[in-house]
Amino acid sequence: MSSPPIHGTPAQRAEYVREQVPEHDFGVVNKPLTTWERIYGNSAVRKTFILLLLAAAWQAYAVYLDNALILPTFSDTLKTFVQRMWSGELLKKSWASILVLLYGYGIGLALALVFTVLAMTSRLGTDLLETLTAMLNPLPAIALLPLALIWLGLGNPSIIFVLVHAVMWPIALNTHSGFLGVSPTMRMVGRNYGLSGVGYVRKILIPAAFPNILSGLKIGWAFAWRTLIAAELVFGTTSGSGGLGWFIYENKNVLDIPAVFAGLFTVIIIGLLVENLIFRSVEHRTILKWGMHS
Amino acid sequence: MAAAPQPLLEVQGVTLQYKTRHHLVTATYRVSFDVYPSDRFVLLGPSGCGKSTLLKAVGGYIAPTEGRIQLKGIEVKRPGPDRVMVFQEFDQLLPWKTVKQNVMFALEASGRFRGRDAEERAMAAIEKVNLTRFTDSYPHTLSGGMKQRVAIARGMVMEPDILLMDEPFAALDALTRRKMQDELLELWEGTKFTVLFVTHSIPEAVRIGNRILLLSPHPGQVRAELNSDGTDPEDASGTRLSDRIHRMLFAGQESEGEAVPHV
Repeated sequence: MSSPPIHGTPAQRAEYVREQVPEHDFGVVNKPLTTWERIYGNSAVRKTFILLLLAAAWQAYAVYLDNALILPTFSDTLKTFVQRMWSGELLKKSWASILVLLYGYGIGLALALVFTVLAMTSRLGTDLLETLTAMLNPLPAIALLPLALIWLGLGNPSIIFVLVHAVMWPIALNTHSGFLGVSPTMRMVGRNYGLSGVGYVRKILIPAAFPNILSGLKIGWAFAWRTLIAAELVFGTTSGSGGLGWFIYENKNVLDIPAVFAGLFTVIIIGLLVENLIFRSVEHRTILKWGMHS
Repeated sequence: MAAAPQPLLEVQGVTLQYKTRHHLVTATYRVSFDVYPSDRFVLLGPSGCGKSTLLKAVGGYIAPTEGRIQLKGIEVKRPGPDRVMVFQEFDQLLPWKTVKQNVMFALEASGRFRGRDAEERAMAAIEKVNLTRFTDSYPHTLSGGMKQRVAIARGMVMEPDILLMDEPFAALDALTRRKMQDELLELWEGTKFTVLFVTHSIPEAVRIGNRILLLSPHPGQVRAELNSDGTDPEDASGTRLSDRIHRMLFAGQESEGEAVPHV
Protein backbone atom coordinates (compact mmCIF):
# COMPACT_ATOMS: atom_id res chain seq x y z
CA MET A 1 0.00 0.00 0.00
CA SER A 2 3.06 2.26 0.34
CA SER A 3 3.75 2.25 -3.37
CA PRO A 4 4.73 5.57 -4.94
CA PRO A 5 1.85 7.67 -6.25
CA ILE A 6 0.75 6.51 -9.67
CA HIS A 7 0.67 9.03 -12.45
CA GLY A 8 -2.82 10.45 -12.71
CA THR A 9 -3.78 9.90 -9.08
CA PRO A 10 -5.92 12.84 -7.91
CA ALA A 11 -4.53 15.16 -5.25
CA GLN A 12 -4.48 14.07 -1.59
CA ARG A 13 -7.55 15.00 0.45
CA ALA A 14 -8.00 15.07 4.21
CA GLU A 15 -9.50 11.97 5.88
CA TYR A 16 -12.38 12.27 8.29
CA VAL A 17 -14.26 10.09 10.78
CA ARG A 18 -17.80 10.89 11.93
CA GLU A 19 -19.79 10.06 15.05
CA GLN A 20 -22.94 8.00 14.46
CA VAL A 21 -26.15 10.01 14.64
CA PRO A 22 -28.39 8.58 17.41
CA GLU A 23 -31.44 6.77 16.07
CA HIS A 24 -34.10 9.11 17.49
CA ASP A 25 -32.51 12.09 15.74
CA PHE A 26 -33.55 10.79 12.34
CA GLY A 27 -36.50 12.45 10.75
CA VAL A 28 -38.37 10.25 8.29
CA VAL A 29 -37.21 6.64 8.41
CA ASN A 30 -40.50 4.77 8.53
CA LYS A 31 -43.28 6.77 6.98
CA PRO A 32 -46.70 5.09 7.11
CA LEU A 33 -48.49 4.73 3.78
CA THR A 34 -51.57 6.82 3.15
CA THR A 35 -54.97 5.12 3.36
CA TRP A 36 -55.38 5.35 -0.40
CA GLU A 37 -51.97 3.75 -1.01
CA ARG A 38 -52.87 0.93 1.36
CA ILE A 39 -56.23 0.26 -0.30
CA TYR A 40 -54.66 0.32 -3.73
CA GLY A 41 -51.96 -2.06 -2.52
CA ASN A 42 -54.51 -4.74 -1.63
CA SER A 43 -54.99 -7.05 -4.60
CA ALA A 44 -58.36 -8.32 -3.31
CA VAL A 45 -59.70 -4.77 -3.38
CA ARG A 46 -58.36 -4.17 -6.88
CA LYS A 47 -59.85 -7.43 -8.18
CA THR A 48 -63.23 -6.78 -6.56
CA PHE A 49 -63.21 -3.41 -8.27
CA ILE A 50 -62.63 -5.05 -11.64
CA LEU A 51 -65.43 -7.56 -11.00
CA LEU A 52 -67.83 -4.75 -10.10
CA LEU A 53 -66.86 -2.93 -13.26
CA LEU A 54 -67.53 -6.02 -15.38
CA ALA A 55 -70.89 -6.60 -13.69
CA ALA A 56 -71.87 -3.00 -14.33
CA ALA A 57 -70.89 -3.26 -18.00
CA TRP A 58 -72.91 -6.46 -18.34
CA GLN A 59 -75.93 -4.89 -16.70
CA ALA A 60 -75.74 -1.79 -18.85
CA TYR A 61 -75.41 -3.69 -22.11
CA ALA A 62 -78.21 -6.15 -21.22
CA VAL A 63 -80.57 -3.33 -20.34
CA TYR A 64 -79.68 -1.61 -23.60
CA LEU A 65 -80.20 -4.86 -25.58
CA ASP A 66 -83.44 -5.66 -23.78
CA ASN A 67 -83.59 -9.28 -24.97
CA ALA A 68 -83.60 -11.84 -22.13
CA LEU A 69 -83.29 -14.71 -24.62
CA ILE A 70 -79.91 -13.56 -25.80
CA LEU A 71 -78.48 -11.81 -22.79
CA PRO A 72 -80.37 -11.61 -19.50
CA THR A 73 -79.39 -8.76 -17.22
CA PHE A 74 -76.90 -9.28 -14.47
CA SER A 75 -79.54 -8.65 -11.84
CA ASP A 76 -81.87 -11.28 -13.38
CA THR A 77 -79.06 -13.79 -13.48
CA LEU A 78 -78.16 -13.04 -9.90
CA LYS A 79 -81.80 -13.38 -8.85
CA THR A 80 -82.16 -16.75 -10.61
CA PHE A 81 -78.87 -17.86 -9.13
CA VAL A 82 -80.00 -17.01 -5.60
CA GLN A 83 -83.40 -18.64 -6.15
CA ARG A 84 -81.99 -21.85 -7.54
CA MET A 85 -79.34 -21.93 -4.83
CA TRP A 86 -81.97 -21.36 -2.18
CA SER A 87 -84.21 -24.11 -3.52
CA GLY A 88 -81.23 -26.43 -3.25
CA GLU A 89 -81.29 -27.37 -6.93
CA LEU A 90 -77.99 -25.70 -7.84
CA LEU A 91 -76.36 -26.88 -4.64
CA LYS A 92 -77.36 -30.46 -5.38
CA LYS A 93 -76.15 -30.28 -8.98
CA SER A 94 -72.87 -28.67 -7.91
CA TRP A 95 -72.33 -31.33 -5.32
CA ALA A 96 -73.03 -34.07 -7.88
CA SER A 97 -70.44 -32.53 -10.20
CA ILE A 98 -67.86 -32.05 -7.47
CA LEU A 99 -68.24 -35.60 -6.24
CA VAL A 100 -67.56 -37.05 -9.68
CA LEU A 101 -64.69 -34.62 -10.05
CA LEU A 102 -63.10 -35.67 -6.78
CA TYR A 103 -63.23 -39.33 -7.81
CA GLY A 104 -61.59 -38.60 -11.11
CA TYR A 105 -59.04 -36.26 -9.57
CA GLY A 106 -58.12 -38.72 -6.85
CA ILE A 107 -57.64 -41.65 -9.20
CA GLY A 108 -55.73 -39.47 -11.67
CA LEU A 109 -53.44 -38.21 -8.91
CA ALA A 110 -52.72 -41.72 -7.65
CA LEU A 111 -51.93 -42.98 -11.15
CA ALA A 112 -49.72 -39.95 -11.81
CA LEU A 113 -47.79 -40.78 -8.66
CA VAL A 114 -47.33 -44.40 -9.72
CA PHE A 115 -46.05 -43.32 -13.13
CA THR A 116 -43.64 -40.76 -11.70
CA VAL A 117 -42.22 -43.15 -9.14
CA LEU A 118 -41.74 -45.69 -11.93
CA ALA A 119 -40.04 -42.99 -13.96
CA MET A 120 -37.74 -42.10 -11.06
CA THR A 121 -36.68 -45.68 -10.41
CA SER A 122 -35.78 -46.84 -13.91
CA ARG A 123 -34.69 -45.59 -17.30
CA LEU A 124 -37.46 -47.60 -18.94
CA GLY A 125 -40.01 -46.01 -16.61
CA THR A 126 -38.77 -42.56 -17.65
CA ASP A 127 -39.11 -43.47 -21.32
CA LEU A 128 -42.57 -44.87 -20.70
CA LEU A 129 -43.73 -41.71 -18.95
CA GLU A 130 -42.18 -39.43 -21.55
CA THR A 131 -43.68 -41.35 -24.46
CA LEU A 132 -47.12 -41.61 -22.91
CA THR A 133 -47.30 -37.95 -21.91
CA ALA A 134 -46.04 -36.87 -25.33
CA MET A 135 -48.77 -38.97 -26.94
CA LEU A 136 -51.68 -38.44 -24.62
CA ASN A 137 -51.21 -35.02 -23.02
CA PRO A 138 -52.17 -33.10 -26.17
CA LEU A 139 -55.20 -35.34 -26.73
CA PRO A 140 -58.28 -33.45 -25.50
CA ALA A 141 -59.91 -35.54 -22.81
CA ILE A 142 -63.34 -34.95 -24.24
CA ALA A 143 -62.27 -36.69 -27.46
CA LEU A 144 -62.09 -39.93 -25.49
CA LEU A 145 -65.71 -39.65 -24.43
CA PRO A 146 -67.24 -41.61 -27.32
CA LEU A 147 -64.76 -44.40 -26.63
CA ALA A 148 -65.51 -44.30 -22.92
CA LEU A 149 -69.21 -44.57 -23.68
CA ILE A 150 -68.67 -47.74 -25.65
CA TRP A 151 -66.39 -49.26 -23.01
CA LEU A 152 -68.07 -48.17 -19.83
CA GLY A 153 -71.59 -47.24 -20.82
CA LEU A 154 -73.67 -44.20 -20.09
CA GLY A 155 -72.86 -43.07 -16.58
CA ASN A 156 -70.34 -41.83 -14.09
CA PRO A 157 -67.64 -44.41 -14.85
CA SER A 158 -67.29 -42.94 -18.35
CA ILE A 159 -66.96 -39.42 -17.02
CA ILE A 160 -64.47 -40.53 -14.40
CA PHE A 161 -62.44 -42.29 -17.07
CA VAL A 162 -62.23 -39.10 -19.07
CA LEU A 163 -61.42 -37.07 -15.96
CA VAL A 164 -58.58 -39.40 -15.02
CA HIS A 165 -57.12 -38.87 -18.45
CA ALA A 166 -57.47 -35.11 -18.12
CA VAL A 167 -55.78 -35.03 -14.70
CA MET A 168 -53.11 -37.68 -14.86
CA TRP A 169 -50.79 -36.41 -17.60
CA PRO A 170 -50.32 -32.80 -16.53
CA ILE A 171 -49.72 -33.85 -12.92
CA ALA A 172 -47.32 -36.63 -13.90
CA LEU A 173 -45.46 -34.34 -16.27
CA ASN A 174 -45.05 -31.56 -13.72
CA THR A 175 -44.13 -33.87 -10.88
CA HIS A 176 -41.56 -35.63 -13.02
CA SER A 177 -39.91 -32.43 -14.16
CA GLY A 178 -40.00 -31.24 -10.54
CA PHE A 179 -38.18 -34.35 -9.39
CA LEU A 180 -35.60 -33.96 -12.13
CA GLY A 181 -35.03 -30.37 -11.06
CA VAL A 182 -34.15 -31.18 -7.45
CA SER A 183 -30.65 -29.84 -6.88
CA PRO A 184 -27.76 -32.33 -6.70
CA THR A 185 -26.77 -30.86 -3.33
CA MET A 186 -30.15 -31.62 -1.82
CA ARG A 187 -30.02 -35.15 -3.21
CA MET A 188 -26.58 -35.65 -1.70
CA VAL A 189 -27.79 -34.33 1.65
CA GLY A 190 -30.63 -36.84 1.64
CA ARG A 191 -28.32 -39.73 0.88
CA ASN A 192 -25.75 -38.49 3.37
CA TYR A 193 -28.19 -39.06 6.23
CA GLY A 194 -28.98 -42.53 4.96
CA LEU A 195 -32.26 -41.91 3.13
CA SER A 196 -33.15 -44.19 0.25
CA GLY A 197 -36.18 -45.57 -1.56
CA VAL A 198 -39.57 -44.42 -0.35
CA GLY A 199 -38.13 -42.33 2.51
CA TYR A 200 -35.92 -40.47 0.06
CA VAL A 201 -38.86 -39.75 -2.25
CA ARG A 202 -41.10 -38.70 0.64
CA LYS A 203 -38.65 -36.62 2.66
CA ILE A 204 -36.50 -35.08 -0.07
CA LEU A 205 -37.93 -35.33 -3.58
CA ILE A 206 -41.59 -34.53 -2.93
CA PRO A 207 -41.06 -31.45 -0.75
CA ALA A 208 -38.19 -30.22 -2.93
CA ALA A 209 -40.31 -30.57 -6.05
CA PHE A 210 -43.40 -29.19 -4.37
CA PRO A 211 -43.64 -25.96 -6.37
CA ASN A 212 -43.84 -28.02 -9.57
CA ILE A 213 -46.19 -30.55 -8.04
CA LEU A 214 -48.52 -27.80 -6.90
CA SER A 215 -48.63 -26.20 -10.31
CA GLY A 216 -49.33 -29.65 -11.75
CA LEU A 217 -52.21 -30.04 -9.30
CA LYS A 218 -53.58 -26.66 -10.33
CA ILE A 219 -53.39 -27.40 -14.03
CA GLY A 220 -54.91 -30.83 -13.40
CA TRP A 221 -57.75 -29.24 -11.49
CA ALA A 222 -58.50 -26.74 -14.25
CA PHE A 223 -58.42 -29.45 -16.92
CA ALA A 224 -60.66 -31.70 -14.84
CA TRP A 225 -63.24 -29.03 -14.15
CA ARG A 226 -63.44 -28.01 -17.78
CA THR A 227 -63.64 -31.59 -18.99
CA LEU A 228 -66.30 -32.47 -16.46
CA ILE A 229 -68.66 -29.67 -17.44
CA ALA A 230 -68.12 -30.41 -21.12
CA ALA A 231 -68.75 -34.11 -20.62
CA GLU A 232 -71.92 -33.42 -18.68
CA LEU A 233 -73.13 -31.15 -21.43
CA VAL A 234 -72.73 -33.98 -23.90
CA PHE A 235 -74.48 -36.56 -21.77
CA GLY A 236 -75.11 -35.36 -18.29
CA THR A 237 -77.95 -37.38 -17.01
CA THR A 238 -76.85 -40.24 -14.89
CA SER A 239 -79.25 -41.86 -12.48
CA GLY A 240 -81.63 -38.95 -12.91
CA SER A 241 -79.78 -36.21 -11.04
CA GLY A 242 -76.90 -34.97 -13.20
CA GLY A 243 -74.47 -32.17 -12.51
CA LEU A 244 -73.94 -28.55 -13.45
CA GLY A 245 -73.32 -29.21 -17.12
CA TRP A 246 -76.62 -31.02 -17.31
CA PHE A 247 -78.32 -28.17 -15.48
CA ILE A 248 -77.10 -25.76 -18.14
CA TYR A 249 -78.16 -28.06 -20.97
CA GLU A 250 -81.60 -28.72 -19.52
CA ASN A 251 -82.38 -25.05 -19.00
CA LYS A 252 -81.21 -24.21 -22.48
CA ASN A 253 -83.77 -26.70 -23.80
CA VAL A 254 -86.61 -24.92 -22.00
CA LEU A 255 -85.19 -21.52 -22.98
CA ASP A 256 -84.71 -20.47 -19.36
CA ILE A 257 -81.71 -18.35 -20.28
CA PRO A 258 -81.20 -16.65 -16.89
CA ALA A 259 -80.88 -20.15 -15.43
CA VAL A 260 -78.31 -21.04 -18.10
CA PHE A 261 -76.34 -17.99 -17.03
CA ALA A 262 -76.82 -18.90 -13.39
CA GLY A 263 -75.35 -22.33 -14.16
CA LEU A 264 -72.34 -20.80 -15.89
CA PHE A 265 -72.03 -18.43 -12.98
CA THR A 266 -71.84 -21.35 -10.58
CA VAL A 267 -69.16 -23.03 -12.70
CA ILE A 268 -67.09 -19.86 -12.57
CA ILE A 269 -67.63 -19.31 -8.86
CA ILE A 270 -66.60 -22.83 -7.94
CA GLY A 271 -63.50 -22.45 -10.10
CA LEU A 272 -62.61 -19.18 -8.39
CA LEU A 273 -63.25 -20.58 -4.92
CA VAL A 274 -61.03 -23.57 -5.44
CA GLU A 275 -58.27 -21.46 -6.94
CA ASN A 276 -58.43 -18.70 -4.35
CA LEU A 277 -59.34 -20.57 -1.19
CA ILE A 278 -57.76 -23.99 -1.55
CA PHE A 279 -54.77 -23.57 -3.83
CA ARG A 280 -53.90 -20.09 -2.61
CA SER A 281 -53.89 -21.12 1.02
CA VAL A 282 -51.87 -24.24 0.27
CA GLU A 283 -49.41 -21.99 -1.52
CA HIS A 284 -49.23 -19.63 1.43
CA ARG A 285 -48.62 -22.42 3.87
CA THR A 286 -45.98 -24.12 1.77
CA ILE A 287 -43.89 -22.62 -0.97
CA LEU A 288 -44.37 -18.98 0.02
CA LYS A 289 -43.54 -19.73 3.65
CA TRP A 290 -40.52 -21.73 2.58
CA GLY A 291 -39.34 -19.11 0.11
CA MET A 292 -39.43 -21.64 -2.72
CA HIS A 293 -41.42 -19.64 -5.26
CA SER A 294 -39.31 -18.97 -8.30
CA MET B 1 -2.45 -43.82 22.07
CA ALA B 2 0.60 -41.67 21.52
CA ALA B 3 2.68 -44.74 20.72
CA ALA B 4 1.32 -45.61 17.29
CA PRO B 5 -1.72 -43.57 16.41
CA GLN B 6 -3.91 -45.24 13.82
CA PRO B 7 -5.06 -43.09 10.93
CA LEU B 8 -8.79 -42.51 11.02
CA LEU B 9 -9.10 -42.15 7.28
CA GLU B 10 -6.79 -43.83 4.82
CA VAL B 11 -6.81 -42.85 1.19
CA GLN B 12 -4.51 -45.10 -0.82
CA GLY B 13 -3.63 -44.60 -4.47
CA VAL B 14 -7.03 -43.29 -5.37
CA THR B 15 -7.74 -42.56 -9.01
CA LEU B 16 -11.09 -40.97 -9.72
CA GLN B 17 -12.73 -40.70 -13.10
CA TYR B 18 -16.05 -39.40 -14.23
CA LYS B 19 -17.81 -39.37 -17.55
CA THR B 20 -19.03 -36.27 -19.30
CA ARG B 21 -21.00 -36.48 -22.51
CA HIS B 22 -17.96 -36.92 -24.69
CA HIS B 23 -15.02 -37.66 -22.43
CA LEU B 24 -13.83 -39.80 -19.61
CA VAL B 25 -12.16 -37.30 -17.30
CA THR B 26 -9.54 -38.30 -14.78
CA ALA B 27 -10.07 -36.06 -11.78
CA THR B 28 -7.31 -37.39 -9.53
CA TYR B 29 -4.45 -39.76 -10.20
CA ARG B 30 -3.16 -42.09 -7.45
CA VAL B 31 -3.67 -39.76 -4.54
CA SER B 32 -2.75 -41.03 -1.10
CA PHE B 33 -3.03 -39.42 2.32
CA ASP B 34 -3.89 -40.30 5.91
CA VAL B 35 -6.07 -38.31 8.24
CA TYR B 36 -5.60 -38.79 11.99
CA PRO B 37 -8.18 -38.23 14.71
CA SER B 38 -8.72 -34.52 15.47
CA ASP B 39 -6.89 -33.46 12.33
CA ARG B 40 -7.95 -30.33 10.55
CA PHE B 41 -6.88 -31.72 7.21
CA VAL B 42 -7.07 -29.37 4.25
CA LEU B 43 -7.16 -30.34 0.58
CA LEU B 44 -5.80 -27.32 -1.28
CA GLY B 45 -5.40 -26.72 -4.96
CA PRO B 46 -6.57 -24.69 -7.93
CA SER B 47 -9.69 -25.49 -9.91
CA GLY B 48 -9.45 -28.77 -11.75
CA CYS B 49 -7.25 -30.53 -9.20
CA GLY B 50 -10.10 -32.84 -8.26
CA LYS B 51 -10.24 -31.83 -4.60
CA SER B 52 -14.03 -31.67 -4.50
CA THR B 53 -14.29 -34.95 -6.39
CA LEU B 54 -11.91 -36.46 -3.88
CA LEU B 55 -14.08 -35.26 -1.01
CA LYS B 56 -17.16 -36.73 -2.66
CA ALA B 57 -15.33 -40.03 -3.00
CA VAL B 58 -14.60 -39.98 0.74
CA GLY B 59 -18.27 -39.14 1.20
CA GLY B 60 -19.09 -42.32 -0.70
CA TYR B 61 -20.81 -40.64 -3.65
CA ILE B 62 -18.18 -41.68 -6.19
CA ALA B 63 -16.38 -45.02 -6.31
CA PRO B 64 -12.63 -44.89 -7.05
CA THR B 65 -11.56 -46.58 -10.28
CA GLU B 66 -8.31 -47.50 -8.58
CA GLY B 67 -7.10 -47.55 -5.00
CA ARG B 68 -9.18 -47.57 -1.87
CA ILE B 69 -10.61 -45.37 0.85
CA GLN B 70 -10.94 -46.72 4.37
CA LEU B 71 -12.53 -45.15 7.39
CA LYS B 72 -11.54 -46.82 10.66
CA GLY B 73 -10.27 -49.73 8.60
CA ILE B 74 -13.57 -50.26 6.81
CA GLU B 75 -13.87 -49.57 3.12
CA VAL B 76 -16.08 -46.64 2.15
CA LYS B 77 -18.72 -47.86 -0.26
CA ARG B 78 -21.72 -45.55 0.00
CA PRO B 79 -22.77 -42.30 1.66
CA GLY B 80 -23.45 -42.59 5.35
CA PRO B 81 -24.00 -40.50 8.47
CA ASP B 82 -20.54 -41.38 9.83
CA ARG B 83 -19.14 -38.94 7.23
CA VAL B 84 -21.26 -35.81 7.16
CA MET B 85 -20.79 -33.38 4.28
CA VAL B 86 -21.09 -29.62 4.54
CA PHE B 87 -21.45 -28.10 1.09
CA GLN B 88 -20.74 -24.70 -0.38
CA GLU B 89 -24.23 -24.33 -1.81
CA PHE B 90 -26.84 -22.69 0.40
CA ASP B 91 -29.53 -25.09 -0.82
CA GLN B 92 -28.03 -27.84 1.30
CA LEU B 93 -30.55 -26.73 3.92
CA LEU B 94 -34.03 -28.04 3.28
CA PRO B 95 -36.10 -24.91 2.65
CA TRP B 96 -39.31 -26.49 3.95
CA LYS B 97 -37.82 -27.01 7.40
CA THR B 98 -36.95 -24.47 10.06
CA VAL B 99 -33.45 -24.23 11.47
CA LYS B 100 -34.33 -26.59 14.28
CA GLN B 101 -36.14 -29.01 11.99
CA ASN B 102 -33.18 -29.04 9.63
CA VAL B 103 -30.83 -30.06 12.40
CA MET B 104 -33.33 -32.57 13.77
CA PHE B 105 -33.82 -33.97 10.28
CA ALA B 106 -30.24 -35.24 10.32
CA LEU B 107 -30.78 -37.10 13.58
CA GLU B 108 -34.16 -38.50 12.63
CA ALA B 109 -33.47 -39.45 9.01
CA SER B 110 -30.38 -41.36 10.07
CA GLY B 111 -32.37 -43.00 12.86
CA ARG B 112 -29.98 -41.86 15.59
CA PHE B 113 -32.49 -40.04 17.78
CA ARG B 114 -36.16 -39.22 17.68
CA GLY B 115 -38.59 -36.78 19.23
CA ARG B 116 -37.52 -35.22 22.48
CA ASP B 117 -33.90 -36.48 22.39
CA ALA B 118 -33.41 -35.24 18.85
CA GLU B 119 -34.85 -31.86 19.77
CA GLU B 120 -32.59 -31.41 22.78
CA ARG B 121 -29.50 -32.34 20.83
CA ALA B 122 -30.51 -30.09 17.97
CA MET B 123 -31.01 -27.16 20.35
CA ALA B 124 -27.59 -27.73 21.89
CA ALA B 125 -25.95 -27.75 18.46
CA ILE B 126 -27.81 -24.61 17.40
CA GLU B 127 -26.64 -22.88 20.57
CA LYS B 128 -23.05 -23.78 19.75
CA VAL B 129 -23.26 -21.88 16.48
CA ASN B 130 -25.08 -18.96 18.17
CA LEU B 131 -28.34 -19.27 16.31
CA THR B 132 -30.70 -19.83 19.25
CA ARG B 133 -32.65 -16.71 18.30
CA PHE B 134 -33.36 -18.15 14.86
CA THR B 135 -34.44 -21.65 15.86
CA ASP B 136 -37.84 -21.36 14.21
CA SER B 137 -36.78 -19.35 11.17
CA TYR B 138 -36.90 -20.77 7.69
CA PRO B 139 -33.59 -20.88 5.80
CA HIS B 140 -34.62 -18.33 3.16
CA THR B 141 -34.84 -15.66 5.86
CA LEU B 142 -31.23 -16.20 6.97
CA SER B 143 -28.04 -14.65 5.63
CA GLY B 144 -25.46 -16.76 3.85
CA GLY B 145 -23.20 -17.00 6.89
CA MET B 146 -26.10 -18.07 9.09
CA LYS B 147 -27.11 -20.74 6.61
CA GLN B 148 -23.62 -22.17 6.66
CA ARG B 149 -23.68 -22.13 10.47
CA VAL B 150 -26.89 -24.15 10.39
CA ALA B 151 -25.26 -26.61 8.00
CA ILE B 152 -22.29 -26.91 10.34
CA ALA B 153 -24.60 -27.42 13.33
CA ARG B 154 -26.43 -30.10 11.40
CA GLY B 155 -23.15 -31.82 10.62
CA MET B 156 -21.80 -31.58 14.16
CA VAL B 157 -24.96 -32.80 15.84
CA MET B 158 -24.39 -36.13 14.15
CA GLU B 159 -21.02 -36.44 15.86
CA PRO B 160 -19.61 -38.02 12.71
CA ASP B 161 -16.25 -39.76 12.60
CA ILE B 162 -15.19 -37.11 10.16
CA LEU B 163 -16.75 -33.87 8.97
CA LEU B 164 -16.31 -33.28 5.24
CA MET B 165 -16.40 -29.62 4.24
CA ASP B 166 -16.51 -28.68 0.57
CA GLU B 167 -15.48 -25.01 0.32
CA PRO B 168 -18.13 -24.16 2.91
CA PHE B 169 -17.22 -20.47 3.08
CA ALA B 170 -16.45 -19.83 -0.59
CA ALA B 171 -19.82 -18.23 -1.34
CA LEU B 172 -19.58 -15.79 1.57
CA ASP B 173 -18.29 -12.23 1.55
CA ALA B 174 -14.76 -11.70 2.81
CA LEU B 175 -15.68 -10.34 6.25
CA THR B 176 -18.18 -13.10 6.99
CA ARG B 177 -15.77 -15.66 5.67
CA ARG B 178 -13.05 -14.56 8.08
CA LYS B 179 -15.49 -14.68 10.97
CA MET B 180 -16.71 -18.16 10.04
CA GLN B 181 -13.13 -19.43 9.96
CA ASP B 182 -12.60 -18.19 13.51
CA GLU B 183 -15.87 -19.74 14.62
CA LEU B 184 -14.98 -23.08 13.07
CA LEU B 185 -11.67 -23.07 14.96
CA GLU B 186 -13.50 -22.21 18.18
CA LEU B 187 -15.90 -25.10 17.65
CA TRP B 188 -12.92 -27.35 17.03
CA GLU B 189 -11.34 -26.22 20.31
CA GLY B 190 -14.51 -27.41 22.00
CA THR B 191 -14.84 -30.97 20.72
CA LYS B 192 -11.69 -31.61 18.65
CA PHE B 193 -13.65 -33.20 15.83
CA THR B 194 -11.87 -34.46 12.75
CA VAL B 195 -12.44 -32.40 9.67
CA LEU B 196 -11.47 -32.77 6.04
CA PHE B 197 -11.68 -29.34 4.48
CA VAL B 198 -11.53 -28.47 0.78
CA THR B 199 -10.58 -24.97 -0.31
CA HIS B 200 -8.82 -23.10 -3.09
CA SER B 201 -7.84 -20.19 -0.88
CA ILE B 202 -4.28 -20.36 0.44
CA PRO B 203 -4.89 -18.07 3.47
CA GLU B 204 -7.94 -20.11 4.42
CA ALA B 205 -5.95 -23.34 4.22
CA VAL B 206 -3.13 -21.89 6.29
CA ARG B 207 -5.56 -20.59 8.87
CA ILE B 208 -7.87 -23.58 9.20
CA GLY B 209 -5.57 -26.53 8.69
CA ASN B 210 -3.01 -28.22 10.86
CA ARG B 211 -2.06 -30.32 7.85
CA ILE B 212 -2.35 -29.22 4.23
CA LEU B 213 -2.34 -31.49 1.20
CA LEU B 214 -1.36 -29.62 -1.94
CA LEU B 215 -2.82 -30.94 -5.16
CA SER B 216 -1.70 -30.00 -8.66
CA PRO B 217 -4.28 -29.91 -11.43
CA HIS B 218 -5.18 -31.96 -14.55
CA PRO B 219 -5.36 -34.58 -13.16
CA GLY B 220 -5.09 -34.00 -9.43
CA GLN B 221 -1.85 -35.33 -8.01
CA VAL B 222 -0.25 -34.86 -4.63
CA ARG B 223 2.33 -32.07 -4.72
CA ALA B 224 3.17 -31.79 -1.03
CA GLU B 225 1.87 -32.32 2.46
CA LEU B 226 2.67 -29.47 4.85
CA ASN B 227 2.11 -28.58 8.49
CA SER B 228 0.48 -25.36 9.57
CA ASP B 229 -0.12 -23.75 12.96
CA GLY B 230 -2.57 -21.17 11.72
CA THR B 231 -0.16 -18.25 11.96
CA ASP B 232 1.46 -18.48 8.52
CA PRO B 233 4.98 -18.85 10.01
CA GLU B 234 8.24 -18.07 8.25
CA ASP B 235 10.64 -20.94 7.64
CA ALA B 236 14.42 -20.88 8.11
CA SER B 237 14.93 -18.94 4.90
CA GLY B 238 12.37 -16.33 5.91
CA THR B 239 9.66 -17.43 3.45
CA ARG B 240 6.10 -17.47 4.70
CA LEU B 241 4.17 -20.72 4.46
CA SER B 242 1.58 -19.14 2.19
CA ASP B 243 4.29 -17.92 -0.17
CA ARG B 244 5.87 -21.37 -0.25
CA ILE B 245 2.50 -22.86 -1.12
CA HIS B 246 1.89 -20.25 -3.75
CA ARG B 247 5.22 -20.94 -5.37
CA MET B 248 4.64 -24.68 -5.37
CA LEU B 249 1.20 -24.43 -6.91
CA PHE B 250 2.16 -21.90 -9.54
CA ALA B 251 5.76 -22.89 -10.28
CA GLY B 252 6.67 -21.45 -13.67
CA GLN B 253 3.31 -19.89 -14.47
CA GLU B 254 1.47 -16.70 -13.88
CA SER B 255 -1.21 -16.87 -11.23
CA GLU B 256 -4.68 -16.78 -12.72
CA GLY B 257 -6.52 -15.18 -9.88
CA GLU B 258 -7.16 -18.59 -8.39
CA ALA B 259 -5.50 -19.61 -5.16
CA VAL B 260 -3.84 -16.25 -4.84
CA PRO B 261 -3.39 -14.89 -1.35
CA HIS B 262 -6.67 -13.37 -0.34
CA VAL B 263 -8.84 -13.97 2.65
